[in-house]
Amino acid sequence: MKGVTGVFRRRTRELPATAERGAVVAAADGVRVVRGRRAVLDGAGIEVRAGEVLALVGPNGAGKSTLLSVLAGDLAPAAGTVRIGGRAAGDWSAPELALRRAVLPQTAELSFPFPVAEVVRMGRAPWAGTEREAQDEAAVAEAMAATEVAEFAARPFSALSGGERARVALARVLAQRAGLLLLDEPTAALDLRHQELVLRVCRERAAAGDAVVVVLHDLGLAAAHADRVGVVHGGGVAADGPPAGVFGEELLSRVYRQPVEVFPHPRTGVPQVVPRRDAEAVQSGANHPA
Amino acid sequence: MTAVRERPVLPAALAAAPPPPRHGRAALLTGGLLAALLLLALLSAGVGAYDIPLGDVLASVQHRTGLGGHALDRTAESVLWNIRLPRVVLALLVGASLGCAGALMQGVFGNPLAEPGVIGVSSGAAVGAVGAIVLGAGFLGTWTVTVFAFAGGLVTVVAVYAMSRSGGRTEVVTLILTGIAVTAFAGALIGLFIFFADNAQISQITFWQLGSLAQATWPKVLAVLPCALLGLAVAPLYARRLDLLALGEGPARHLGVEVERLRIALILVVALLTAAAVAVSGIVTFVGLVVPHVLRMANGPGHRFLIPGSALGGAVALTAGDLAARTLAAPAELPLGVLTALIGSPFFFWLLRRTRRKQGGWA
Repeated sequence: MKGVTGVFRRRTRELPATAERGAVVAAADGVRVVRGRRAVLDGAGIEVRAGEVLALVGPNGAGKSTLLSVLAGDLAPAAGTVRIGGRAAGDWSAPELALRRAVLPQTAELSFPFPVAEVVRMGRAPWAGTEREAQDEAAVAEAMAATEVAEFAARPFSALSGGERARVALARVLAQRAGLLLLDEPTAALDLRHQELVLRVCRERAAAGDAVVVVLHDLGLAAAHADRVGVVHGGGVAADGPPAGVFGEELLSRVYRQPVEVFPHPRTGVPQVVPRRDAEAVQSGANHPA
Repeated sequence: MTAVRERPVLPAALAAAPPPPRHGRAALLTGGLLAALLLLALLSAGVGAYDIPLGDVLASVQHRTGLGGHALDRTAESVLWNIRLPRVVLALLVGASLGCAGALMQGVFGNPLAEPGVIGVSSGAAVGAVGAIVLGAGFLGTWTVTVFAFAGGLVTVVAVYAMSRSGGRTEVVTLILTGIAVTAFAGALIGLFIFFADNAQISQITFWQLGSLAQATWPKVLAVLPCALLGLAVAPLYARRLDLLALGEGPARHLGVEVERLRIALILVVALLTAAAVAVSGIVTFVGLVVPHVLRMANGPGHRFLIPGSALGGAVALTAGDLAARTLAAPAELPLGVLTALIGSPFFFWLLRRTRRKQGGWA
């Protein structure tokens, strides 16, 4: 009899409760990840809180994506702990995790030419058989509207441009409606307008109480949209805090091995980060007819 | 004025209402395939060296199932029930197994070119079956060849899977090359078995290797029935997860699919289906490649229709193929495997060209 109820308990997954604003949704502590012989992360730690956009920045190969994979529960670290939704990441099953966090990978692939609407609807798969299945249509429509992909809903994914694919992939992740969003370079393939759009969506999701982690290369975007920035460097998180506090010339110049200037935007006061360029280069670049 | 170019939000949200799913077309296709299958099966049961009119076929089937009708004369009754019908049923089972296995395999590998014949699984199953014939193994009765074929197919599919994957991806070139290597090795093993076989076994093996349903009997039908039915019954359960797998391994896992478990289960099912087909009919290639492809073009790549549809389509294709094999060169009989390869190879070629044109090459 106990066996029977055990089977049933495993089958009916417990739906995740909404996290309170500011509560820690996911956390990595003292994480070490080794790839080949190189420790990509060593002693890295970060907390992800509900209602907050956390941007992970850092130079190429610093381990931003690896840290994101660790937070997603994809990668079991060699040392350290990872907790998602108050439980060790390894203790969740794949179906349980899928209700709690959504992940946008760096590249969007698809083996078969599914139409866009079906790709987005795949994001609803984790909720099949739960009471929230009823939200499927609404979630799909909302995600497609938010990412502006509705106009090519019927086109096959394979017929889209790189930027359009990236937005469809994001729509799928949004449609999943998980409390923790982990986005790996969602703006990489996008034009100016859609970069802003994506980060606006991130902020809206955070405002609605979700926790959003986004890996970014554009420090300006991070400064303008993130509540908190984690600078990944040397296998750990070198700095973690609000952009205004973290984005200092000294730290960024050291981390990126490139002298930078940081100054407040004249109108908004948001820190602007630009590489320090010598006057000559600027001159030739600005050499256009008046 | 940017405001003019700005896309208004409300119409976009309305347009986001997803397009109606293609239930209509799927139903139409299913109906069409079922009708074609029924027609072909009846035709195949009647046409041959000893023609039995369609009305008589129906009458006899009705008679035997207790739904009226009447019995035929002794010869017709015997031809129909001991020769034609087992063959029709076998063609149906083998075709369904091959079509379904093809659809599953393409889904698992995330690659439209995967097919039991192309990547060498059929050859592996053939090694098992030939081995059973030559060694004279009979400890499992009529199921011996099937069991050996299953073991051979399973070993091969696991080997191909393990060898052609690197870093969580299956590259097309590696997959096809692995298939070539595995087929060559299997060919060598079959050659070795033939070397040790006596004359009777050799003719049995040769005939069987060409792919044929000529020796269909009810016991043979029974020998593959459990394998085929089990495989066909289980396969549709994986449709949703196969759809998600198209996103790649990582995203599928993020959506709650236990990818490794899914892969192992599907590989078992593929081996089961391939073994069922190969054990009785030898190597019949390209059905598993062509049928899912045509259906994907007709109704999109969703596996919920594709898996049962491919089983149905495979049954249609093989019933038609066997009818053609029996009648085109009557009174002689073309080997079925030769016929499917004759039609399938150009299709495969066309597919390669088309994909190459579209993607500009292979990854």
